[in-house]
Amino acid sequence: MTDSAGGPDLTKGGGGPQDDTPGGGPLVVVENVNKHFGDLHVLRDINLTVQRGEVVVVIGPSGSGKSTLCRSINRLEPIDSGKILIDGRELPKEGKELARLRSDVGMVFQSFNLFAHKTILENVTLGPVKVRKQDKQASEKHAMELLERVGIANQAHKYPAQLSGGQQQRVAIARSLAMKPKVMLFDEPTSALDPEMINEVLDVMTSLAREGMTMIVVTHEMGFARKAAQKVVFMADGQIVESNTPEEFFTNPQTERAQDFLSKILTH
Amino acid sequence: MNELFNFTEVFDNLDKILSGFWATIRLASVTAVLALIIGTVLVSFRVSPTPVLRGVGTVVVNVLRNTPLTLVALLCVSGLSDVLKVTFSDTPSVNGYWWAVTALSVYTGAFVSEALRSGVNTVPLGQAEAARSIGLTFGQSLRMIILPQAFRAVIGPLGSVLIAMIKNTTIVAAVAYGVDAVSEMKIMFFDLGASLPIFIGFAIGYLILTLPAGFFFGWLAKRMAVAR
Repeated sequence: MTDSAGGPDLTKGGGGPQDDTPGGGPLVVVENVNKHFGDLHVLRDINLTVQRGEVVVVIGPSGSGKSTLCRSINRLEPIDSGKILIDGRELPKEGKELARLRSDVGMVFQSFNLFAHKTILENVTLGPVKVRKQDKQASEKHAMELLERVGIANQAHKYPAQLSGGQQQRVAIARSLAMKPKVMLFDEPTSALDPEMINEVLDVMTSLAREGMTMIVVTHEMGFARKAAQKVVFMADGQIVESNTPEEFFTNPQTERAQDFLSKILTH
Repeated sequence: MNELFNFTEVFDNLDKILSGFWATIRLASVTAVLALIIGTVLVSFRVSPTPVLRGVGTVVVNVLRNTPLTLVALLCVSGLSDVLKVTFSDTPSVNGYWWAVTALSVYTGAFVSEALRSGVNTVPLGQAEAARSIGLTFGQSLRMIILPQAFRAVIGPLGSVLIAMIKNTTIVAAVAYGVDAVSEMKIMFFDLGASLPIFIGFAIGYLILTLPAGFFFGWLAKRMAVAR
């Protein structure tokens, strides 16, 4: 990973998150959200508030609903009841309104999901050009700055399949950033990576966090949670069991469920 | 024995044979373009999030796919054109041509749609989610992300569909139009008497159309494959 100093500031600039509704309320509000997959109650009365610039890490055993929560925030998963507000506005139903809201919410997936038939540069410029209707040249210039920033500018004209997993994931982050999102969602961004590639992705995420990007991160990377997060949310069986600062959560977990989980992952 | 393999008849009538195949090519090329468009529209219906569109797409594709082409062509010519007087032109040959094209392109469109639908299934779901999450609408993500990859995945099968279409021009021409290579062959049989060399000449003519088409689609499929 290249040195982050001197790179363009990713969270500021035209149309950036800091520009609209200055000093408003919390950026993401999740209120009494419930969701079922058939008989399975995957989200039970979830309440979560994310302030501007806050980094929230969601951890928990698999099947606890953390990915579903992450995906429901930009309505990739519709919810059964409750409310989700982004920047004070409730999530619209399907249609153009929803598409516009999604463009303000960056999403990074476990499986990268780059567009396989487009080059790296085209992957990053597609959203700005087709959704934001920005000038193609300006979008390419901005895309190159972002790729420079995540350390893969020299691969801009390759196709996704020619890149390593870690490189693909960094492109995926650049693709989300190109939309100048208000908040970024990370759904287990390092779980599909080889161990030696995890750090290059976490480094990008850490510097994003430092620059004030609002982030909701589902991850198993406890090091990242300690280093970058302001809040750790622990989920189990579809519920938020515990919510605390990383320091408090890791050194002094309050619930038995969290103690049990931490003892299993931290002892080896 | 000499009679059987005397090809002078073929060479003497080469101009007629070629004009017959030229009619086949005119029929097939316009039909190919329309069938690809119709197939794309039908597959968009079939994968649409709107249940009504999905239903319409499913019914149309299954009706067309499971009806003999002869009946589709007869419905067009006898039913729509002759009885209901829905015509493209007052000139019978022009009207017949366009009804033949219509019958064959909607029929082939259903097969194109099914080939494309299996192509859509090769595109990982995550890419559609990624497209939606950067704010593309359903139509945009279908047009820019899903269908381009679906097309590339099914170029081989689409080639088979189009080769079948080239051969099916004989059916719609017989029912609706009466101008194509096989129609020309029948006229020559009537004038000169049926002969094996003329028959072989026409059969080779179809091979000259379809074999390169097959090789072309095979080559294109390799060239356009999306690396994953």
